[in-house]
Amino acid sequence: MPLSVPGQGRGLLDVLDRRYLLSLIVRKELRVRYRGSVLGMAWSYVKPAIQFAVYFLAMGIFLKLRDTVPDYAVYLFSGIVVMNFFAEGFSNATRSLVWNAPLINKIYLPRELFPVASLWVSAVHFLPQLVVLLLAAFIGGWRPNLAELGAGVLGFVIVALLALGLGLLFGAVNVFFRDAENFVDLITMVATWTSPVLYHWNLVYQEVPRWLWYVYQANPLTAAVELFHYAFWYGAAGRPAVLPGDMQTLPNHLWTVGGVALVVVLVIVIVGQLVFRRLEGRFAQEL
Amino acid sequence: MTTTYIEVADVAKRFTLRHNRSLKELAVAAIRGKNLSDTFLALDGVSFDVTEGESVALLGFNGSGKSTLLKCISGVLTPDAGSIRTRGRVAGLIEVGAGFHPDLTGRENVYLNGAILGMSKEQIDARFDEIVAFSEIERFIDTEVKFYSSGMFLRLAFAVAVHSDPEVFLVDEILAVGDEPFQRKCLDRIKQLKGEGRTLVIVSHDLDMVARLCERGILLERGKMVVDGVATDVVARMRGEG
Repeated sequence: MPLSVPGQGRGLLDVLDRRYLLSLIVRKELRVRYRGSVLGMAWSYVKPAIQFAVYFLAMGIFLKLRDTVPDYAVYLFSGIVVMNFFAEGFSNATRSLVWNAPLINKIYLPRELFPVASLWVSAVHFLPQLVVLLLAAFIGGWRPNLAELGAGVLGFVIVALLALGLGLLFGAVNVFFRDAENFVDLITMVATWTSPVLYHWNLVYQEVPRWLWYVYQANPLTAAVELFHYAFWYGAAGRPAVLPGDMQTLPNHLWTVGGVALVVVLVIVIVGQLVFRRLEGRFAQEL
Repeated sequence: MTTTYIEVADVAKRFTLRHNRSLKELAVAAIRGKNLSDTFLALDGVSFDVTEGESVALLGFNGSGKSTLLKCISGVLTPDAGSIRTRGRVAGLIEVGAGFHPDLTGRENVYLNGAILGMSKEQIDARFDEIVAFSEIERFIDTEVKFYSSGMFLRLAFAVAVHSDPEVFLVDEILAVGDEPFQRKCLDRIKQLKGEGRTLVIVSHDLDMVARLCERGILLERGKMVVDGVATDVVARMRGEG
């Protein structure tokens, strides 16, 4: 056994070594979240279902979006599950360090454990939503091929890494300035509208100058939402070449956009980890 | 040759006492030219080595920097200057029960806390019965911890900690735990660990106890290391006898 400097781990790699502890923390969070609640985990179905119903009524029926987008319910839900996963993962990862302050203050652990555990918890909550989505798509006639399933997996990976990277970054800053968590709420609120969740991407494409369209597409969340549309809605809507009003169904170069998004989120994870490591030495005394 | 388990070299730790940092406060401070931060030196130039099997008492009155030093050794705090290196797994009995969650049962907390202290699932499985027997709360092990009395809670937390099997033990105020028979049991356990040749660093205000338990004493005064010597001598000096 060599001498080593205490309190300096290998960051996210240490989390891999402590998978058992991670699993216990995730289980604890889930248990604690639903303590004393009769519906328990069922709440993670109820909330998105209500959100979905409200949007569907307001956007699909009143604003008549379902006239242009066939099987609008599945279209909408594919995007909503991405946003819910991102919002929950990102905002809980940001708050995780402050929530676990008593532990961070007293015992040394790889502190990345807490944001990673939060992300796992939101992935667990994502699962029932995915089940509802798959069911709705299946009823709509969705029979996926390999490329579509691959797009779904890529979309999920992009969102998870984005939430992790931003969660590390904002979580570390949040220890020093609690403004970060309010800022995060703002981001998650705006995020639903800066990606084609409620509307069709063509509406943006027609309105904005070309450079702004590229900026719009460079958003990893937009890529993930479009990949989810391709994975779950495209098949359910009968793979139409064009939509009513002569709109192109899916944007061009979807895989390229997904690949770029993957690179972008990897960079964000690296930056998040670097900032986190830079600041973590002072966590215990600031919390 | 003796192996060094803890190496503390010229360590300093400065705390910033930041009064407030709201936008309003910052603006007022900028206009008035008032300095918002105020620092104090909790540790200053502390150096010592602890070798395998040694038991060392960190002594000093309140605010002398003992707990800060212990936190630096455990890795919770990072020193601002100097370096600390340790060998093997270092586990602290610093504030036992920090990793306990009131909504989990005793059993779940044993596993969670064991894992927090660095034990694997197999290690906890193997020692589970021993931990429960030590805590003497067999009947309540599947009850949620929030229904425990404070004594029961501390017993279980302490039982996990003393069975976590690290190379270096950091102990802060062991005798704050439970009633007298249990305290004696804890002390016996610490002695047993010492007998096994574990390295111990102990902080306590019970001077008689540490003098009996440790051979070596290090006295801190306002963050500076004043004496490093035989524990009984250091205790005598603290009492103004030396």
